[in-house]
Amino acid sequence: MIRERLAGKRIFITGTTGFLGTNVLERLLRSVPDCDIVLLVRPGRRSSVAQRLKREILKNDAFDRLRTELGGAAVFDELAARRITAVAGDVSRDGLGLDEEGRAALASCDIVIHSAATVSFDSPLDSAVEVNLLGPSRIAATLHDLGVTPHLVAVSTCYVAGNRRGAAPEQPVDESPFFVDVDWRGEVEGARRARADAEAASRTPEQLAGFRKRARAELGAAGTPLLAEKTEQLRQRWVADRMVEAGRARAASLGWPDAYAYTKALGERALLETRGPVPVSIVRPSIIESALAEPRSGWIRGFRMAEPVIISYARGLLKEFPGVPEGIVDVIPVDLVTSAIIAVAARGPQETPDIVQVASGSANPLRYRRLVDLVSNWFAEHPLYDHQGQPIVVPKWSFPGRGRVQSQLTRAKDVLERTEKALSTLPLRGKQAEWSATVEEKREEAERALGYVELYGAYAECEAVYGVERLLALWDALDDADRDEFCFDPRVIDWQRYVEQIHLPSVVEHARVRTTPGGRTGPNREDRLRRQVLAPERQLAAFDLENTLIASNVVASYSWLATRRLPPADRLRFVAQTLRDAPGWLAQDRKDRSDFLRYFYRRYEGAPVEQIDEDSWELFNQLILTKSFPAAIRRVREHRRLGHRTVLITGALDFVVKPLEPLFDDIVAAHLSVERGAYTGEMTGVPPTGESRAQALMDYAAEHDLDLREAVAYADSTSDLPMLEIVGFPVAVNPETRLAALARKRGWLVEHFDKAPGGPRPIVPLAERRGQRTRAGLLTRAMGAAPDLPDLAGDGDGARRSATRTAAQRLATPTRRGGRR
Amino acid sequence: MPRPGFVLEVDRSTPPILFHHGEGFRLEKLPAGRSRVLYPAEPLPALRDPEGAIRHALANPMGDSEPLSALLFPGMKLTIAFDDISLPLPPMRRPDIRQRVIEQVLDLAAAAGVDDVMLIAALALHRRMTEAELRHAVGDRVYEAFAPHGLLVNHDAEDPDNLAFLGTTDQGEEVEINKRAAESDLIVYVNINLVSMDGGWKSTATGLASYRSLRHHHNVRTMRHSRSFMDRHSSELHHANWRMGKVLRDAGVKVFQIETTMNNDVFGAEGPMSVLQKREWEWSAKDRATFLAMKTGLDRLPMRARRRIFQSWLAPHQMTSVQAGEVEAVHELTTANVYAQHLVPVEGQTDILTMGLPYICPYNVNSIMNPILVMCLGLGYFFNLYKGRPPVREGGVLILSHPTTWEFHPVHHPSYIDFFEQVLSETTDPEVIERDFERSFAEDEWYRHLYRTSYAYHGVHPFYMWYWGSHALAHLGRVIIVGGDVRAVRRLGFQPASTLQDALEMASDVVGRDATITHVHNPPILMADVS
Repeated sequence: MIRERLAGKRIFITGTTGFLGTNVLERLLRSVPDCDIVLLVRPGRRSSVAQRLKREILKNDAFDRLRTELGGAAVFDELAARRITAVAGDVSRDGLGLDEEGRAALASCDIVIHSAATVSFDSPLDSAVEVNLLGPSRIAATLHDLGVTPHLVAVSTCYVAGNRRGAAPEQPVDESPFFVDVDWRGEVEGARRARADAEAASRTPEQLAGFRKRARAELGAAGTPLLAEKTEQLRQRWVADRMVEAGRARAASLGWPDAYAYTKALGERALLETRGPVPVSIVRPSIIESALAEPRSGWIRGFRMAEPVIISYARGLLKEFPGVPEGIVDVIPVDLVTSAIIAVAARGPQETPDIVQVASGSANPLRYRRLVDLVSNWFAEHPLYDHQGQPIVVPKWSFPGRGRVQSQLTRAKDVLERTEKALSTLPLRGKQAEWSATVEEKREEAERALGYVELYGAYAECEAVYGVERLLALWDALDDADRDEFCFDPRVIDWQRYVEQIHLPSVVEHARVRTTPGGRTGPNREDRLRRQVLAPERQLAAFDLENTLIASNVVASYSWLATRRLPPADRLRFVAQTLRDAPGWLAQDRKDRSDFLRYFYRRYEGAPVEQIDEDSWELFNQLILTKSFPAAIRRVREHRRLGHRTVLITGALDFVVKPLEPLFDDIVAAHLSVERGAYTGEMTGVPPTGESRAQALMDYAAEHDLDLREAVAYADSTSDLPMLEIVGFPVAVNPETRLAALARKRGWLVEHFDKAPGGPRPIVPLAERRGQRTRAGLLTRAMGAAPDLPDLAGDGDGARRSATRTAAQRLATPTRRGGRR
Repeated sequence: MPRPGFVLEVDRSTPPILFHHGEGFRLEKLPAGRSRVLYPAEPLPALRDPEGAIRHALANPMGDSEPLSALLFPGMKLTIAFDDISLPLPPMRRPDIRQRVIEQVLDLAAAAGVDDVMLIAALALHRRMTEAELRHAVGDRVYEAFAPHGLLVNHDAEDPDNLAFLGTTDQGEEVEINKRAAESDLIVYVNINLVSMDGGWKSTATGLASYRSLRHHHNVRTMRHSRSFMDRHSSELHHANWRMGKVLRDAGVKVFQIETTMNNDVFGAEGPMSVLQKREWEWSAKDRATFLAMKTGLDRLPMRARRRIFQSWLAPHQMTSVQAGEVEAVHELTTANVYAQHLVPVEGQTDILTMGLPYICPYNVNSIMNPILVMCLGLGYFFNLYKGRPPVREGGVLILSHPTTWEFHPVHHPSYIDFFEQVLSETTDPEVIERDFERSFAEDEWYRHLYRTSYAYHGVHPFYMWYWGSHALAHLGRVIIVGGDVRAVRRLGFQPASTLQDALEMASDVVGRDATITHVHNPPILMADVS
C-alpha cells in the first residue's frame, strides 16, 4: 500500500546530511521505487550543493546495500541522477533561501519531509531558535507564498513534553496541562537580542584586554598577527559559550531539559499556529540510535548522543553517571523512525493536527539499570584496550544523583586546571613539557565527562512515558506487505539482542578504539608523521637554531665570546653581572623576542670584527657543537640527502652561525652593522623572529620557487608559531609547555632531540681561557708528583695580551648609550 | 733487573685477578684448574741520558743513511712530521719524547742554516690536535716559535691544495700524501713506537696520507689478512704500507726516520695507581687498602668526574731506546726493542679469552670512549696483540669487561654517533658496512667540514674502527661484554652479561662446560707470543 500510495509522488526532504535524513532518503530510494525526490541542501563554504550531495550524502555507507542490489556504482549513479534533484537553500533563512529554480522544485512537490534541525543539545540559543523554532514555520510560510499545500511531515522530538514524570501522550504541546504558556515570537526576539547583547559585551575594552591576555598566555610571544587571530577566536568562542549558556538557562527556566527540546517544542507551536491551509503531520521520535535492520543492522551515522557516553564509559573515563535505575531510557532505532515517517507521509494528512510519537518507552520499555547492565557485561566480555594493549576494566556505576556526580567532576576539573596552570608557568621543555600535556588531557577528559553529565544526565533521569497510541493505530492499519517492508512497531525490539549484537558493535567500530590486545604492530602515529616529513616530495626544510639544533642561546654565545679574552678577576665580575641581569632578559625575551635581541645585541658595540670572527670558530667547537643535538643535525642532513632545500632561520648573529654553513643550503640570520672594523651593536634589519621569521620563510620560498605546503619547519617555541603555521609540515622540537599543548592538539609531529649522551656539560657558558696550558691532573696533584707546569704569563706574550685586554673588557662591559668613546 | 712477563696457571690459592673496567676496576675469581693469566713484563729501565741517546742516534744513523747534520743544508725545505695525540697511551709526563727529539732536530737545522722548516702533526684522519695538546707534544718553546707563524700545523687529509699524488704501487694502490712533506728536501719523522704496529713506512704512508690513499689498506680484506697487524711480517696492513714506501722512495721523497720505544711504566711505582702494575698475590696490606679506597671512591663518583680523573692521568713511562736513519733498518731494531718489553711466550690456545678494557684507547684521549671504540680496543687492538696465533682458538669466546656506556663526544666523534644510530642499527657485518655505507660517510661534506675546521675524526673513521675488529669477528664464535650498558652492547652485536660468572655460563653454550680460559692482564701492555 505504502509503495503504491507514494508512486509518482514528488517528495521534498530537508536535513538529508543528517542521521535520520540519510536513512529516510535511502529507504525512499530503495523501497519506494516510483517517487522523485527533491533535497534541500545548504551550500558549504567551499563546496557546491552537487558536491555535498555526492560527498556527504550518497557516499555514506547507507547506500552500499542499494548499490549492491542494483549491481554496481554506475547503475546507482544513474538512478540517483534520475530521481534526486538537489536545490540550494537554508531553513534558517526566510523563504528558505531558495532561488527561482528551487522555488519551482518545491512548488512541484506533493509531500515535504522536514528533518533538518540543530540536534546538538548544546547549540547556541539563537542558532537553535533560527533552525528548530523558526524552520518549520518558514517552510509553511514559503508554501503559502508559493500558493501550494503539500502534506508537510515535520520531525520533532518526544522530549518537547518537557521534564515531567508519567504519561506524555501524542498531543500538541500547549494542550498539556503542564505547559507554561510563552509567546514563541517573544522567544525569538529574546534570542536575537541575547546574541546582540553578547556581541556587544564581548567588545568592551575590559573583555578585549582579557582575551588578549589569554591569547598571550596560550601562545606566548607569537607575534602580533597570530595573537590578534587568537584573540578574535577567543572572543567568538566566548560569545558562543554565552549563547549556549543562555539557551540552557532559558530552557531550564521553562521546564525543558535543554535548548533543543525547548526550541523544538516552540517550533511545533509556531508551525501549528502559522500553517494556514497546509496540512501538517508531526512525527516525534525519542532518542534515535543505530538501525535495527535497514539498510543493515547497526548502521549509524555520526557520533551521537549515547555513543560518546558509552565509549567514555568503556574507556574507563566515566567513573559514575547519574540516572534513575528504574527509569526508562527511551531509545528507538533509526529505521523504525524512518518507516513511521514514510507511513505517515503515505497515509496522507488528517483532519486534526496529527501527532505521532515513535518511542519505545510505553510499549517495550528499556529500564536504565538493564541498559547499564547490558553495556557493562558486553564490555566486560569485549573490553577496549589502552595504548599499551592492556584491557580496560569498566567501572561499576552506583546510580548516584546528578548533583553528586557533577560536584565530584567539577572538583577534579578544578584541581587539574590549577595543576595545569602551575605547570605552564614553569620553564619546562621536551619530555617534561609533556607532563602538562598529560594533565591537560586529563582535564579535558574531566571536562568532557562533566559535559556529558550536564547534557545527557537529564535524559537518564527523565521519567516521562511517551504514549504511542496513534503510532500503533497506524501500524494496525498496515497490510502485511507494508509491515514487512516498513516496520515501526517498537514491540519487535529485543533489547538484549539490540544492545549486544547491533548497537554496541557498531558504536565500537565507529569510535575507532583499540579492540585487540597486545602491543601496537605496524607504524605508530609518530612514525607515520615522520615518514610524511621525510617524504621525497617535500621541497623545503626550515630549521630554528636555539633548542632545535643546539641547547644554547644568544646569551650563552655572547658570554662565551665576551669571556674568552678576559682576565680572571673580570670574569668573576662578568658572571655576577650576568646572573643579575638574566631574569630581566628572560622576561623581555618572553614578551617580545625581537625587542629583546635588539636590546641585547647592543652589547656587541665596539667589538672588533676580526677578533669576533676568529673566536667564533672556537665558539663553534666548544659551545655550539658541544651543545648540539646530533639527531637534529642528522635530520638536517637527511633532508638534504632527500633533495630538500634546507635553510636555517635564526635570530642568532651571522658570525655565530657561520661555521654551520656547510650544513644548510642557506642561512638567514641577524646581522650587525660595522663601523671602522668594529661592530656597532645595531642590527642592519629586522631579526627573523616571530612573524618576520614566517615572512622570511615566505620570501625565501618565493625566491626559490618552492611550495610552502610542501615545506617542513622545525622549531621549539610559540614565538616560532607563525613559521610553523605557514608550512604544510610543522615539527615541534623539544617543545616548551605551550607549544607542546598546541602541537598535540593540532596533531603535529613532536621530536625530542637531545645532546650527545656523555658529552661535556659546561655549567656556565664561559670560554676556556685562551692559551690555557695542560691542566695538572687531579690524580697527579693528589700524588704530589705534579708535572712541570708552565707559568701562564710567558715572555713576549704580554704585549699582545694587554692589547686584546681592552677589547675584551670592552666586550664584557655593557655600554651605556651615548657613553661611547 | 725487571722480571719478564709470564703465564700464571690459576689454582685454588690464586687471589682474585684485576680486570680493568673503563674508568674503574673489577676483581674477578677465575675458575681454578682451567684458567691462566698472562702478565706483562715489569718496566724495562729507561735511558739514563735520553738527550745524549738522541744526539747519538742522529749522529750515527742506521742503514744507508748519512747523519742528520749531513742531510741539512741552507736553503733546503725541511718538514718535521710527528705522531699525534693517539701516542703514547696514556699521554706521558713532560717533557714529551717528541719535544726532546724535535728540539735537537731543530738545533741541528739551525746550525746548518736551514730556515724553511715546517712541523706537521701526522694525524691522517684523526682529529686535529688542540693548542694545549700541541704544546704538550712539542713543548712551549717549539710551539711559540712556530705556531703563530703557521709553521706548526695539523695534517689536513682533505685539503685538495696540499696533497700530492705520487703514483701507485705494483698492486694498484694509490699513494697520496701531504704536499708540503712530499715536496720537501727531507722529511724527518718523529715516532713514538708504543706498540709493534707503529712506525716503519706506516708513519709517512699512513700518517701523512689522504683518504684516497688510506682506503687501500684500511679495509676489511686487509684487516682479515693481517694476523696480526701487530706482527709486521704477518700483516697485510704493513705489506701495503711498505709497498707504498717504495713508491715514496721512488718518487724521491727522502725520509729520515727517528723511532723511539718506551717502557710500560704506565702506573708508576708510587701513588694509588701503582697497585695496578703489581701482581695480585704480591699486594701488600697497604696496596689492598689503597685499591679498595680507590675503587670505592670511584664507584661513588658520577661518570663525568671519573672520566675527568682518568683522562688527566699523565703516565711516567719513559724512553728505552732511540734509533734513527733509513726507515726499514731503523724499524727492524725498533720492533725488537718493543718486543723486548711486550712479548710473553704462551703455549697453545684456549677456548675463552678474557680482557679488562681500560679507560683509554688511541682515539679517546681527552675524550669519551664510546661503544664503537670499546669494540675497536677489544677486538681490534687487544685481540691483535699476538704473534703466531691468537691466544684463543677459532670459534672460541671473547669476554670483555667494560661499562660500554651509550656516550659520545659530540665534537670529537660526530660521525660515530651517526654510525652507531644509522649503520649498526642495520647491520654489524663489516663487509656489508663497507659495501653499503662507507662511501656516503667518507665523502660527506659536513663531516669533512668538521674534520677540517673543528676537532672531529674524519667521517670514515668509525668504519675503520669496525674494520679493525673484523679479523676478531671472523675468528670468534661469540663476544660477551661484562658490566656493559645492555642496549649499547646489543647494538654492537655482542651479548651483555652482568657478571663474569654469567658470561662464563653463556660462553659454555659455545665452548662447553670445561672450557679453558686465558686472561690477558693488560695494561700495562703485553703481547702474546703463542706457539
